[in-house]
Amino acid sequence: MDKQRQAAHSIKLALGPIQYFWSREMIMDFYRDMSKTPIDIIYLGETVCAKRRQLSFGDWFDLASKLTACGKQVVLSTLTLVEAESELSAMKKICHNGHFLVEANDMAAVEILSREQIPFVAGPFINIYNGHSLELLARQGMVRWVMPVELSKATLTQIMHATSAPVRQQVETEVFSYGRMPLAFSARCFTARAYGLPKDNCQFICARHDEGLLMKSQEDQTVFNINGIQTQSGEIYNLLQQTPAMKKIGVDIMRLSPQARGMEEVIQQFHLARTSMREIAPDPAGCNGYWFQRAGMENCYVKDKRL
Amino acid sequence: MELVCPAGNYPSLKAAVDHGADAVYLGFRDETNARHFSGLNFNDRKMEKSMDYARTNQVKVFIAINTYPQPGGWNKWQQAIDQAAAVGADAVIVADMGVMEYAIQHYPDLPIHLSVQGSATNHESLNFYKRHFNIQRAVIPRVLSLNQIRNLAGKSPVDLEVFGFGSLCIMAEGRCHLSSYITGESPNMCGVCSPAKAVTWQREDGALTTRLNHVLIDRYGENENAAYPTLCKGRFLVNGKISHALEEPTSLNTIALVPELHEIGIKAIKIEGRQRSPAYVAQVVNVWRQALDSFAAAPEHYHPHTDWQQALSKVSEGTQTTLGAYSRPWQ
Repeated sequence: MDKQRQAAHSIKLALGPIQYFWSREMIMDFYRDMSKTPIDIIYLGETVCAKRRQLSFGDWFDLASKLTACGKQVVLSTLTLVEAESELSAMKKICHNGHFLVEANDMAAVEILSREQIPFVAGPFINIYNGHSLELLARQGMVRWVMPVELSKATLTQIMHATSAPVRQQVETEVFSYGRMPLAFSARCFTARAYGLPKDNCQFICARHDEGLLMKSQEDQTVFNINGIQTQSGEIYNLLQQTPAMKKIGVDIMRLSPQARGMEEVIQQFHLARTSMREIAPDPAGCNGYWFQRAGMENCYVKDKRL
Repeated sequence: MELVCPAGNYPSLKAAVDHGADAVYLGFRDETNARHFSGLNFNDRKMEKSMDYARTNQVKVFIAINTYPQPGGWNKWQQAIDQAAAVGADAVIVADMGVMEYAIQHYPDLPIHLSVQGSATNHESLNFYKRHFNIQRAVIPRVLSLNQIRNLAGKSPVDLEVFGFGSLCIMAEGRCHLSSYITGESPNMCGVCSPAKAVTWQREDGALTTRLNHVLIDRYGENENAAYPTLCKGRFLVNGKISHALEEPTSLNTIALVPELHEIGIKAIKIEGRQRSPAYVAQVVNVWRQALDSFAAAPEHYHPHTDWQQALSKVSEGTQTTLGAYSRPWQ
């Protein structure tokens, strides 16, 4: 079946990498539960902070093998902000795993994978904002891209129109569709800062916040969510209702980002949305502004009833 | 080390050239560059005039075309490269891969510098840009420590330019969507952060509040100096406490690190501030020229003069300066 027809038939669901610092036990329990859900693709690995090492490379690899045996496609994700030599080595190990597809989250991973002609997924912080960049990376071996979160449906449609047919065949399009969006990465650890700790002696304080630490305005409005060196959207991005629209424009995969609680229900909702013909009611909670070319934090269903 | 100075308009360019810049960087008057602010930047006529002035004084001109084009606007970026080549720019500063590819295919003799917005923080990333677009130089994000920069310089396939002074991005440049999350406009897409059109200043219950698209960024009492509401520098509520949860309003100042940067092999120092006044440019360039000249004349006796530091503090955000990520404790 060619890709276009397959997309019209059913959109795939991917579980993004865990963004928070969870205990080993929590990670294992989580994926045991996830293996029983209708999720198609699972991204594994630490993408935020190199100091978080609850699982070694070998552990991730074993977990990947188990999940593959459960019928999931597994992708190993690399760190997003790569500064130190030790981080580069860890990243190279993932690139050279020899078995699983790799999600490159930094241009260093793109360089290594493309230089060695290993197919790769471009993660959401590889800056692909137009068809020219998409085509260029496709020539370097990219087989899937995760659209930068700040781009809209309108821009995505334009990018797809601007892409040649062979590249559209080769490269799958994935859209971040549920969860707290990664918005920024820094040298500074904001969780440690909130506790008055230096980054060098952070005491892994971020482990206390398995869904991050909310950062509100002085008027108690939720603004961002602090997760170590990463800053996330305060609100949960939710494009559930846009599932039919995504199918229509040719999105192949919807990414759901792990939250510590309630993930199975979320997956069930998306699974229902992709299989049923019924219309889904707009959700007044969470945010969806980026998809509609507005400020990311906005909920356009609430703001504009016509959507 | 080359002193690369900001020019948001012709008077600033003149100030930079007159006070000792080795190179100036500037942008066209549209969203193709990362300081797309109203009233700033250069139309064709001003660009020609600027080129003439810089040339006469043997100062190089780098043109920043360093935002990420979306499909609808692609032609604008293409034209910006065409125009930069036509006026004879010494280099273009670019972030987007597609734009770099266009530049190298059409103008193989036009040097490309990887913009800080390209967000390269390690030598393997630089290898990618060198291999595909033959970049000559990279501007390094303000997230690396001095030691990390040292390691990077040892392995980099291209010359490195680092930020020496000015407004401080706390996030890795090119990988920050905070501004578009609150306002719909970001550095990558639109060349703006915390855009002025989304800002409101208001007196509320005896306090001065600053908002960005209605979101309260900060609230100031009678005796406090209010700062522009750059969203990462506001005061927020975390764990029940109000604080500068991400960063204080402060400027980067590395004038004390001149000997180290030189020893590492850094080729150029960048001064931030195309959005600032010609007076700021004159002041900062003047101090940095003195510092670099003083170092060149007697490296072993170099020390940052008190009056340099005072002059720089006066033009700093919140009148505070920091070594930023260069110094480990900051992280």
